[in-house]
Amino acid sequence: MEALELARWQFGITTVYHFLMVPLTIGLGLVVAIMQTMWVRTGKAQYLRMTKFWGKLFLINFIVGVATGLVQEFQFGMAWSEYSRFVGDVFGAPLAMESLLAFFVESIFLGLWIFGWDRLPKKLHLATIWAASSASIMSAYFILAANSWMQHPVGVEMIEGRPVLVDIWAVLTNNTLLVAFPHTIFGAFSVSGGFLLGISWYHLWKRRRDGIDTVEADGKVLVGDVESTGRDRTDYQVWLQSLRIGAVIAIFSFAGVAVTGDLQAKLMFEQQPMKMAAAEAACHDGTGFSVLSLGNPGSQDCDDIVAVVEVPGMLSFMANGDFNTEVKGVNSLLPEYQEKFGTNLPDDPIYGERAGSEIDYVPVMEVTYWGFRIMITFGVLAACAAAVALLIVRKGAVPESKWLMRLAVFGILAPFGANAAGWIFTEMGRQPFVVAPNPDPNGIDNVFMFTAAAVSPGVSVGELAASLITFTAIYGILLVVEVRMLFTYVRGGVPSAMPELLHNHNGRDDDGASDGKDEGDVLAFAY
Amino acid sequence: MEFLPTLWFVIIAYLWTGYLMLEGFDLGVGMLMKLTARSNQERRVLLNTVGPVWDGNEVWLITAGAATFAAFPLWYASLFSTLYLPLLLVLVGLIFRAVAFEYRGKVDSDSWRNRWDWAIALGSFVSAFGVGATLALTTTGLPINANGDREGGAFAWLNGYALLGGSAVVLFCLIHASAFLVLKTDGDIRARYRGLLLQYLPVGLLPMGGWAITVHLSGGKPLTWLTLAIAVAGAIFAWVMAARERDGLSFLGMAVFLTAGTTTIFTSIFPVVLPSTLDPAFNLTAANASSSDYTLSVMSVVGLIGLPAVLLYQGWTYWVFRQRVRGDRIPQAHSVTIQ
Repeated sequence: MEALELARWQFGITTVYHFLMVPLTIGLGLVVAIMQTMWVRTGKAQYLRMTKFWGKLFLINFIVGVATGLVQEFQFGMAWSEYSRFVGDVFGAPLAMESLLAFFVESIFLGLWIFGWDRLPKKLHLATIWAASSASIMSAYFILAANSWMQHPVGVEMIEGRPVLVDIWAVLTNNTLLVAFPHTIFGAFSVSGGFLLGISWYHLWKRRRDGIDTVEADGKVLVGDVESTGRDRTDYQVWLQSLRIGAVIAIFSFAGVAVTGDLQAKLMFEQQPMKMAAAEAACHDGTGFSVLSLGNPGSQDCDDIVAVVEVPGMLSFMANGDFNTEVKGVNSLLPEYQEKFGTNLPDDPIYGERAGSEIDYVPVMEVTYWGFRIMITFGVLAACAAAVALLIVRKGAVPESKWLMRLAVFGILAPFGANAAGWIFTEMGRQPFVVAPNPDPNGIDNVFMFTAAAVSPGVSVGELAASLITFTAIYGILLVVEVRMLFTYVRGGVPSAMPELLHNHNGRDDDGASDGKDEGDVLAFAY
Repeated sequence: MEFLPTLWFVIIAYLWTGYLMLEGFDLGVGMLMKLTARSNQERRVLLNTVGPVWDGNEVWLITAGAATFAAFPLWYASLFSTLYLPLLLVLVGLIFRAVAFEYRGKVDSDSWRNRWDWAIALGSFVSAFGVGATLALTTTGLPINANGDREGGAFAWLNGYALLGGSAVVLFCLIHASAFLVLKTDGDIRARYRGLLLQYLPVGLLPMGGWAITVHLSGGKPLTWLTLAIAVAGAIFAWVMAARERDGLSFLGMAVFLTAGTTTIFTSIFPVVLPSTLDPAFNLTAANASSSDYTLSVMSVVGLIGLPAVLLYQGWTYWVFRQRVRGDRIPQAHSVTIQ
């Protein structure tokens, strides 16, 4: 493989992986902040338990997001030095704003939140989780500002072959950003919704399996009480409320994702018509959206693809809000791109082995076509499942069925899949550009960069192979460790986050460390 | 020299100093987990002196990187691509260390804890060494060509300065961590680390002093004679105060040593930010590697709001967690209980 391909695989793997942790961090952070607010306002025990339990899972996940986020900040310079040089005047600014204005707040206030229980006044302690959670959302804004600029460059002028920033406000209010931001945030909330729902279902199911809660013939739920293991009536409240909160979040965030996704499609139609065509794997112009196609979209031969189920007018609606706009297919777009940006890469050493070779303007259509559909399918499934779940538990119990419980737990993966598929679609759909040209009427069509020119010229294939293997291996190990840790803490239930709920502990352990909390402790929590 | 690139050079030097000042002691504490700590209780004490603050400390590194990208994209691109392998090691070290902090106490088993203790200690060592090598090389030079790309293959950066800078930062972190632990612990542990501090400070700060002197001799200015003298005075002050059990002042001495040391190093190389060992004509300077004045002005506004705010709320965190950590004054780790 050549350096470019290795660098692209590395960026893809590390970024998709990082973005498994990010949406859960953003979504769960807000959930925990809301739960703690409810506890501070009402003083009810179940809200404290919810805060502690979901907070624990939040932290187990957060740390892997932090660790893998470091790589993101470094790898632009390491593997993509030409890209960094080309875009540096505009692209570095939102990244620096992210660390200065958002990531500092998130990290420092989260430290205060974790270790500050009982040390800080209640309301001040509550404010720390709100600060951390809001900062994580603000982080997303700045990072998406940088990404949206790559999709739709604004606010710059070309001076001596490089885009030079002339209007930071244009970059921070890029219309691509203004829809990508809510779309991403709603996507993150849908992840936390499914997470709450699946895990709470499991616990309600386990209470029934263990005979703690029973359901009478008329559907009335008799809530049991096992105090010594923390599985008392409050425990039941924790899971039932969490489940309902999760389901409601899943449904509302799906509505948000759908509305913003629709706006995004319309912008994509104007800004990146080739991506739109690739989403449909459409060679010819048309108005219909295929739900299912057979054949090989990757062959890039129209006769190979047969739409099995097609919704007439749907593609037109997605692109332009009516039913008779012809959305251009690859066959019409290709000559337009070739005319504007050339048929071959320039004979410049910056393109390495690819200098002078023909430019392939069509993204990998298997990926864009299926990526787009997986995103939508998983999103719809997760929202429908949440609605059904609300209906099933309306009387306060989940069915005894083990399979249904497994389905609820596996369903946690659906919104993760939708998020990853959406990102893979939008990033792969931008190829062969790393900075896509902006075709707005008063846009800046000459600001673009081919991915082939972006990689570090001085970095060898061996180095890239070494880092690709290292990151993939480490990320694989971390995924196993994190998932095992999450499973352990989920199975442990609330007492895994609140050992003080268990009454069967006694005395001091070998370390002489005090059991649970003592008045004299300098920290309410310790690693 | 233009004002804005100079200002941003100073800010980036300040960010690196802040990083070494803060993460310096948590990297050192990480290494001491395996070097000196004798029991699980002592390791937990060490870990919890930095528990609430290490993540905030690490953001200084991310900010230093991002600020370099924003203000000096050509410096960022050349430095990070040239030092591909050492920075890979830094990342691997930081990844394992971060996860280990969070996961170490989550399963109640000696082998589990031992594995993560190694991750913390080795991760801290590798990342401290890599950061030190990176900083030393950007101040002494790398084989970069006219485009700023590395010539000579994956290990072209490897030389004596890389080893000097790497060991300088590793040893500084160990000494700095000892001074920090004397402030943050109590009883036997505190006495032991004061002993270690007194014993090793004079030797441990030598490599960083050597690095500062090297850079000073190759491009120093009258001012750097002064800062170099202040650095030496800071180190002596730290040692004397530790001997007199004035621990706060001893730590202050370390801070003076570090700040004066990095000031010497960065002032000596200015206005060059990354010398080329191939041809001085290829040197990256604050002027030819910087972003446009407009970008730098925008970032200056952001920095003027962001940096003082960080100092305030990060300072407040240290105030909240100012109490000394003792083995009998911290709760058990929350290892999980399966029902």
